[in-house]
Amino acid sequence: MATFSSPVSIDVPSTGQGGGGVRPPAYGGGGDGRGDGFPDYGQRLRRVRLGLAIGLTSVTMIFVSLTSAYVVRRGLPTLDERTNAYVRDWIPVDLPIALLLVNTALLLASSVTAELARRQITRQAALAPVRSIPGVSLGEDKGFPWLATTVVLGGAFLTGQWMAWHELADRGFYMATSASSSFVYLLTATHAVHLMGGILVLLYAAAVSLLNRPVEARRIVVDVTAWYWHFMFLLWLYIFGLVWFVR
Amino acid sequence: MATTATIHSHAPQGFIRKYIFSLDHKVIGLQYYFLALVAVFVGMFLSLLMRIHMVWPTAVLPLVGEIKPETYLSLLTMHGTIMVFFVLTTAPQGGFGNYFLPIQIGAPDMAFPVLNMLSFWTTFVAFVVILAAFFVTGGAPLHGWTGYAPLSALTNSGPGEQLGADLWITSIAIFCIASLMGALNFITTTLDLRAKGMTMMRMPLTVWAWFITAILGLLAFGVLLSAGILLLLDRNLGTSFYVPLVVVNGQVMGHKGGSPLLWQHLFWFFGHPEVYIAILPGMGVASQLLSTFSRKPIFGYKAMVYAIMAIGFLGFMVWGHHMFMSGMSPYTAFAFSLMTMAIGVPSAIKTFNWLGTIHGGRVRFQTPMLYAIGFVSLFVSGGLSGPFLAQPVLDIPLHDTAFVVGHFHLIMGVAAIFGMFAGTYYWFPKMFGRMMNETWGRVHFFITLVGTYSIFMPMHYLGMAGQPRRYSQFTELAYLQQLMPLNRFITYAAIVTISAQVIFVINLFWSMFKGPKASDNPWESTTLEWTTATPPPHDNFGGRTPVVNHGPYEYSVPGAPRDYVMQTDPATVASH
Repeated sequence: MATFSSPVSIDVPSTGQGGGGVRPPAYGGGGDGRGDGFPDYGQRLRRVRLGLAIGLTSVTMIFVSLTSAYVVRRGLPTLDERTNAYVRDWIPVDLPIALLLVNTALLLASSVTAELARRQITRQAALAPVRSIPGVSLGEDKGFPWLATTVVLGGAFLTGQWMAWHELADRGFYMATSASSSFVYLLTATHAVHLMGGILVLLYAAAVSLLNRPVEARRIVVDVTAWYWHFMFLLWLYIFGLVWFVR
Repeated sequence: MATTATIHSHAPQGFIRKYIFSLDHKVIGLQYYFLALVAVFVGMFLSLLMRIHMVWPTAVLPLVGEIKPETYLSLLTMHGTIMVFFVLTTAPQGGFGNYFLPIQIGAPDMAFPVLNMLSFWTTFVAFVVILAAFFVTGGAPLHGWTGYAPLSALTNSGPGEQLGADLWITSIAIFCIASLMGALNFITTTLDLRAKGMTMMRMPLTVWAWFITAILGLLAFGVLLSAGILLLLDRNLGTSFYVPLVVVNGQVMGHKGGSPLLWQHLFWFFGHPEVYIAILPGMGVASQLLSTFSRKPIFGYKAMVYAIMAIGFLGFMVWGHHMFMSGMSPYTAFAFSLMTMAIGVPSAIKTFNWLGTIHGGRVRFQTPMLYAIGFVSLFVSGGLSGPFLAQPVLDIPLHDTAFVVGHFHLIMGVAAIFGMFAGTYYWFPKMFGRMMNETWGRVHFFITLVGTYSIFMPMHYLGMAGQPRRYSQFTELAYLQQLMPLNRFITYAAIVTISAQVIFVINLFWSMFKGPKASDNPWESTTLEWTTATPPPHDNFGGRTPVVNHGPYEYSVPGAPRDYVMQTDPATVASH
């Protein structure tokens, strides 16, 4: 007989975890007094979100160091061997702005769909205990495949970036053409690599949905990946802003 | 009935899941430890070859033959890289930290066990890649562990600078990723998995040290990763991040406009926090052991915590003191110099608090305590030459001399290692259920203490006398010939000291199988790992959840029945 004790809350309130020990987290025993054998998914979600925030700090440091290198290099004079004088040799890159703006729109759309996917699975996870009550039906789950849409849009963004690199090459800006072009390729490629990682995790999330993992566990994966995805979008805005306004 | 937020609660079956791809932080900790043990012997072998070559340059050695000058440079590059990354960053944090951080905070495992397993195996891959550099065409790189551009950024700058250097950079990049994953795990675990009653200010100082070290790693390794990627691009894709217009062997290279200083800044922005990553866990272990074996609470627990934080924070602001000779403005040098001297303050606070802990205690001079005291001694000896180097004016004659080599070896190569030895002798009973041999432990301690002082103290004198560093031989330099007897003394001391480490290894492995059985708490220590069985069960506490009622170092509490109060003892037991 399934016992319906307390529902999994959708919006998990942030308690005073850690810090000065106001409410030290009690592991084991379940935070909300549910029945035996149920992992505390709420606590697990908070923990994985915390892990993500910490991990994103290290990603931020990578881009902080690249930004610092970019800004300093831009202002650094080099020796012109013909005139024996120090001149600034920074050549602003002729960016394919239209294409990059399209890519930005695609990534924004993918962030929106990622958020919708996140809320969708949060609702599904909240209602999961209800579904297990015999005789209760919530109707067919005809949810829009937001997760798959995110993957498609993310893939479209990466394709667009690939096209942007080709466009740059057509305009004569290769990886080693100038310091500015090196940085443009480097920053966008580093971002693309991280975004690819996000896509792989989303594919993993889609795959496990077919493997009948509990919806609460899948929710954690989708939730954290969606937050990661939003970070990737904001990071892209920053990179785009950097190479355009500080060119 | 485990209703936990951790993924697994059942002990794994099968050899592969139990010992190879284990998710158990205790197994992973031992994997890191044994990786570091292999690495340290590789590193010591390299240093032995270096020392022998320095005083007998024409010697033909077994296995390696005659060492050419460029080979010497490769030896010192790989010695530094392997020791700094695969010993000093691996064993104290990945080894002991992995094993004992969850237990000391009352958790059943790390926050992310799968990530933990991946961290170790990624580190292992990085180790294999760097060892591979020895065996490829051209051999290992010769640009020093610091990898300065443009030497490291050009593929034709020397033997070993082709595939060997690419493997070196790749290995370091892989290591960065492994360290970042580990740091994430440590920080999340410390913040989120503490048992009931284990507030931040009740955590043992070992946990504080691992926690702050992880934060340092989180912020620093990303910068090294960036630096390495830029270097790979310069070498292989013709970019000019680090390489200005250069001519090599009459050939104009295609680079233009890059800055070797960029590499230095990026590298040392990582490199200085890295040395604090190497020493902080040892400080935590020293605090823990000095308190335990003096039967006294640590002197000034709060100050110790704030000092660790201050050292970590200030450690990010001093990287320029490695670059005083790079042509920086004297005003910049002054700023870095001031910050470097500022770090001396929390370090001194810690040192005096260690002394204050021992003072007036009923000291038990067992081997772990000897190493903890040795740590304090070497931290002072190695640390005191730091402020000398922190003066730009003094750094001008001392930079790139044996003085610097003596400084960082005393503090990283000896003090940090003593921290590891201390941790080994201390935690061995808990990990393996047996005691290490006390007599041979003391023999190992005294030979190592006297030996390492003999090796590295004279280097300060040699440096002041003008002996440069990274020179493969001094036979061409007349002014250094009178220093050769001292160099030979150092080499003899190195041979003896390295040989003595065999005693430790034999003690370690013999005791694992044949040592006297240990009780659950042979040192009568107070922290949580000593409350559980020996070795700890899979979930660390045998299905029970520890509840913490006391601080970590409640020794000799007036009114208490014993001279130590375990952290899980009932709250009614008298506490400070």
